[in-house]
Amino acid sequence: MQFFNSDKMNVDFIGKRRLFMMISAIAILVGIAALLVRGGLNYGIDFAGGTMVQVRFAKAVESDDIRQVLAGIGMGEASIQQFEGEEAHEFLIRVEKSKSDLVGLSDEIKTVLDQEFGAENVDIRRVEMVGPKVGKDLRRQGMLAIIYAMIGILIYITLRFEFRFALGAIAALAHDVMITVGVFALLNKEFSLPIIAALLAIVGYSLNDTIVVYDRIRENMKGSGKSVFVDIVNRSINQTISRTVLTSLTTMLVLISLFFLGGGVIHDFAFAMIVGVMVGTYSSIFIASPVVIAMQPKKK
Amino acid sequence: MIKSVKLRLAIVLATIVLALIYLFPTMGGTVPDWWGKIFPTEKIHLGLDLQGGIHLLMEVDVEKAMHASTDRMTASVKRMLLEEKIKVSEVTQGNTGTIKFVLEDASELERLQTFLEERVPAWNHMSTQGSTVVYLVSEKDQQRIEKLALDQAVETMRNRIDQFGVAEPEIRVQANNRILVQLPGVKDTRRAIDLIGKTALLEFKLVNDQFDPAKISVAELGDNLEVLYEQTRDPETNAIISKRPYVLEKKSLMTGEYIANANVRFNSQFGEPYVSLEFNSQGAKLFDQITAASVKRRLAIILDNNVYSAPVIQEQISGGQAQVSGRFTAKEAHDLAIVLRAGALPAPIKILEQRTVGPSLGRDSIRNGFISMVVGFLLVVVFMVVYYRLSGLVANLALVLNLLFIMSILALAQATLTLPGIAGIVLTIGMAVDANVLIFERIREELRFGKTPRAGLDSGYGKAFLTIMDANITTLIAAIVLYQYGTGPIKGFAVTLSLGIISSLYTAIFVTRLVFDMVAERRPLKKLSI
Repeated sequence: MQFFNSDKMNVDFIGKRRLFMMISAIAILVGIAALLVRGGLNYGIDFAGGTMVQVRFAKAVESDDIRQVLAGIGMGEASIQQFEGEEAHEFLIRVEKSKSDLVGLSDEIKTVLDQEFGAENVDIRRVEMVGPKVGKDLRRQGMLAIIYAMIGILIYITLRFEFRFALGAIAALAHDVMITVGVFALLNKEFSLPIIAALLAIVGYSLNDTIVVYDRIRENMKGSGKSVFVDIVNRSINQTISRTVLTSLTTMLVLISLFFLGGGVIHDFAFAMIVGVMVGTYSSIFIASPVVIAMQPKKK
Repeated sequence: MIKSVKLRLAIVLATIVLALIYLFPTMGGTVPDWWGKIFPTEKIHLGLDLQGGIHLLMEVDVEKAMHASTDRMTASVKRMLLEEKIKVSEVTQGNTGTIKFVLEDASELERLQTFLEERVPAWNHMSTQGSTVVYLVSEKDQQRIEKLALDQAVETMRNRIDQFGVAEPEIRVQANNRILVQLPGVKDTRRAIDLIGKTALLEFKLVNDQFDPAKISVAELGDNLEVLYEQTRDPETNAIISKRPYVLEKKSLMTGEYIANANVRFNSQFGEPYVSLEFNSQGAKLFDQITAASVKRRLAIILDNNVYSAPVIQEQISGGQAQVSGRFTAKEAHDLAIVLRAGALPAPIKILEQRTVGPSLGRDSIRNGFISMVVGFLLVVVFMVVYYRLSGLVANLALVLNLLFIMSILALAQATLTLPGIAGIVLTIGMAVDANVLIFERIREELRFGKTPRAGLDSGYGKAFLTIMDANITTLIAAIVLYQYGTGPIKGFAVTLSLGIISSLYTAIFVTRLVFDMVAERRPLKKLSI
């Protein structure tokens, strides 16, 4: 079976590079606009600080009932989110209150829920409390991690290829991270610690694709004689596109499995990865190489 | 590349056998006795998010420890000055780490300075104004005291946790005076925090009955008296129900450092639990003196500034025994006995981060993780066979071995498998076939150029090799950064991702090549099923 025949394939990817760059620029701008309109990302308690309680009830319970109970102890502002699936009456209760002492908060929640619904019906499955100070630390470390990863990659590619290739790769990575973050801002999805892990995995993944194309460009440059650089790049993309799409496909297969079957914690992580892998595949074809061409020193 | 097919086959078989040996304890459930004598018995270690438990990040208030240490030092300097007959009207600690001396006679300034330089080298002179001299604890000494406080806190916590009985707890010092504690299998968060985080400073102070605690004014309290409360808590909600004030003499006559042993006992009348204390010989002597000097007065027993009880001293107590009673549940009394035995923390601690996973969620996570792994695996395997036919089957063999190696290295290195770690393995399944996709696509290209299957194989593997290395090393860079930065479960993701990348290089290149070579050796390749 074969999706693409790289010998016969000759799509002019590079010729349309301005169009693709426009598309990407618009996508990034939409993400930035969403960030501005929403006043920043919807940080989970990992980054914002707060308390989160995951509770499962043995009987049917409405989120309004829970809210009423919580209002009784001054936590009516809590965000209450029901897990998907009808069998499990499972909820996530998030209190962002940046009280100096968050420690007792989950106890208070458990106590009132026990009183209202009966202790035997209430199963506290997970409690997370992150102090505001730690939240700030984690946020800073997360940013640093992504920046460090990019610097490390920049150095490696410069050593193995040329500096302009490294710039192209980094541009593609920044593009992937910005669009993925933008999607989270647009959908107002919760941005938590596992999402940072997903972003780094996306960085690694997208780079993988980019390197394969670069490698081919380098190989084709040897003994290319008088060929124009733009043609070499275009040919290289055509030759590798079959592999690029295939790998994205197999990765997407497992991500879809994780997304639907991995459970609550993994769900958002898989979502970020799915967005990232799609954007990453796109960027390694349409962004990484055109940037290298743009950086090409002008011939006298 | 090693030429001999036989040698390569031996290497591959040996690694597979080794991997199976390391994985057996995890898979087999119970391990026979003779196994442990020859082979490893360690199972794959599950993270807190999979087996349930409590994760606590705490900060030790080292400034308080610093303050207390400087206070003690100041008191002893005061005594030494008295002996030296250097008259000072005031020696006090100002801001943490600064000590203020006020001389009665400014002409003695030089004597004071020489004395302090000689006897207390850890204090540096900061400023002099008339007869007021200010000293500062040197930075080096501050660091020493802070480190000591941190070490002591960790030691005390370890002691308490050991006595409480938690299997495989993890206690680690982190930057910024932070301590990370992980307690697998523990469910009751409030109890755990009480046990670990309680300062547990036990003090004995005399009650002053001349004043009515409800009406006493700040002026009457002065420097030597204070008001502390006896709090009664609802056993179910932990909320404070009532508070009863006491006027106490501020000076603590004795602290918990002299405790040799503490045990739970039950009141013979009502069966109420209390904690009985046994002092060491030094403490027994001290307690004897205290009780002898204050017969008929009330002695308050105070834990972390809460009054527990204030019995009247009926007679001198010489046996070196005392008891702490209050309205305890049996659990509370049990935990209190532990913290009193293990000793007080050198400084108060603050909980910065707390994560608790119940056992039911852990089980669900393992099941979900396993199901998504199997489904993801099947999808990829089917796809590879459909797309690459027999060659796809070879890639699938590499994939199975890759999973085997990841798991066995986890067991071998005693790394922790977390839920994001499982996600990392699932992701690896999708990405590991990449190396084979690269190789196979390259072989197809070479075949289209009209090369023979044999030559196509050779140049396909040869040309794809560098690309695969470059692509995987960059992903590895991202994974290593993630490991450096990540906390807890996230680290698990970085671990399995890195292991998956490294092991896929071996399985997807070395192993698959071996399979092709073995087939080619038997009979000349006419056609490649790819």
